[in-house]
Amino acid sequence: MADIAFLKEMAKILRIEIVKMLTLAGSGHTGGSLSSADIVTALYFYKMKHDPKNPNWHARDRFVLSKGHAAPVLYAALAMLGYFDKSLLNTLRKINSPLQGHPCCKSLPGIEVSTGSLGQGLSVANGMALGLRLDGLPSRVYCLLGDGEIQEGQVWEAAMSASHYKLDNLCAIIDHNNLQIDGCCSEVMDVSPIDEKFKAFGWNVFKIDGHNMEEIVEALDEAEKIKGKPTMIVAKTIKGKGVSIFEGKVQYHGIAPTKEELEIALKELSNGKN
Amino acid sequence: MGKIECSCDLIELTELCGKDMATRDAYGITLVELGKKNRNIVVLDADLSCSTKTVLFKKNFPERFFNMGVSEQDMIGTAAGLALTGKIPFASTFAIFATGRAWEQVRQTVCYSNANVKIVGTHGGITVGEDGATHQALEDVALMRVIPSMTVIVPADAYETSQCVVTISEYYGPVYVRLGRAKVPAVMPLEYKFRIGKAHVFNIGKDVNIIANGLMVSEALKASKILNKEGIHTGVANFSTVKPLDEETLLEIAKKSKLIITAEEHSIIGGLGGAVSEFLAEKYPIPLRRIGIKDTFGCSGDWKELLKIYGLTAQNIVEVAKEFFKK
Repeated sequence: MADIAFLKEMAKILRIEIVKMLTLAGSGHTGGSLSSADIVTALYFYKMKHDPKNPNWHARDRFVLSKGHAAPVLYAALAMLGYFDKSLLNTLRKINSPLQGHPCCKSLPGIEVSTGSLGQGLSVANGMALGLRLDGLPSRVYCLLGDGEIQEGQVWEAAMSASHYKLDNLCAIIDHNNLQIDGCCSEVMDVSPIDEKFKAFGWNVFKIDGHNMEEIVEALDEAEKIKGKPTMIVAKTIKGKGVSIFEGKVQYHGIAPTKEELEIALKELSNGKN
Repeated sequence: MGKIECSCDLIELTELCGKDMATRDAYGITLVELGKKNRNIVVLDADLSCSTKTVLFKKNFPERFFNMGVSEQDMIGTAAGLALTGKIPFASTFAIFATGRAWEQVRQTVCYSNANVKIVGTHGGITVGEDGATHQALEDVALMRVIPSMTVIVPADAYETSQCVVTISEYYGPVYVRLGRAKVPAVMPLEYKFRIGKAHVFNIGKDVNIIANGLMVSEALKASKILNKEGIHTGVANFSTVKPLDEETLLEIAKKSKLIITAEEHSIIGGLGGAVSEFLAEKYPIPLRRIGIKDTFGCSGDWKELLKIYGLTAQNIVEVAKEFFKK
């Protein structure tokens, strides 16, 4: 059973760490890190089998952050779990830091594959799912994509492959915050209807509120029971979720909070406005 | 190719020595042998398995073969995922699609993650023939060579291909191997042992030395016979590994040469000629001529005719050398 109160508290802590590290870094992707914080929390603090003391444990579940620009949320989760010393979060995006602007698997334990160029992660997740299945392991693979990201053609190549190879050990999640750098997804290049598209590609699809911890947990649990096809969880989210001045604002896609904005953010997050 | 498709029983690699054969055929046969010995070998293809010869592996190990359809980018990403779970994936399609269509996937997902993916592109070079420019990879070596951590190999014949495929399966890291469609003459001797980053020197000439790879090794050997008869003392070396370049051997050869000629079935920009020029310009500048495709697209036609049209022949090597030594 998932401890929902604990997960909500962890999501809050991740958000606090995200805005702190981004402010120190002076650059980075605030909106999409905050929008996926609840999903990443549910994966790392509830659903996934993994061992921070043994990051290369072969039978672990895998997580691929295909939307690699949301690196801060992954770094926050891994740090809180003890994959590396939390103080490293203060080095984000600095010279010689293992916390690169986009995740690099060669420099940091817990990162499964280097990502950042959009649209490539789902193919990798498919390959991992195939490999684990060949080994007869029950391990599962999770992949988080952005909604703008699915404009990349490779995502649909991978969507076809996952379905063709009946990868029921794969669960992908779309952080559907409806914003990308140049504006609303629906205005830049309409991706809707996301659910119908994946259904047409042979996926099992769940639509949830990506900030409702109960719904996230339930969807991840249900996905595990689906046999013969991969599952896509379309999680409706709010870009910048948790901090009123960032919420739904496209300009916070790729910039870090100022010190003044950090103060507001920390106040709101600590007061539990989430 | 029916005869070759039947010959995938256990064979010793040395059986391929002395056999005139397309390097892609040697690849297909060797993959099957590897598959028997190592269950972590997996193979991916993008709807060209009959041409790349990975179909032989598919027939023997269907559960370890993944046809990804016409989607090279997805194939490379999937191969990376398999590699990151401990498999040794060989991903094959035509060289231009493997290195061109999926270049950024190779850079970002495979090399930047140091995923243990072996990319084997067949139908490299002008000898694709009738299909024409769209399918003739003349830039693939350049595209792969520029990516950090990538190893780039262009074997000369079936025997070397076979050894190369076995060797890279035992090496951890991304590798690109460039193979051809056409039957090529056997050139490597029985005692040859392929090593990544090690050139094979047939002999060193006092006047000119030809640094070649792929099918141009056999043309270089023919050219050296002609030149030697005409009083120009000529040597030949097979630089099958373009990256990491065997700088030690190259320097040793250069110091004994009056002229270096590079010869490859690739653009003169960025491939073997490029790599050799870059090194020698910095470390030991001496006269150098590059033989290859001169910054142009290919065209349709019989592959033997195309080799002549684009100057990828022993005769052209001879002419280039004689022109240099003309008083």
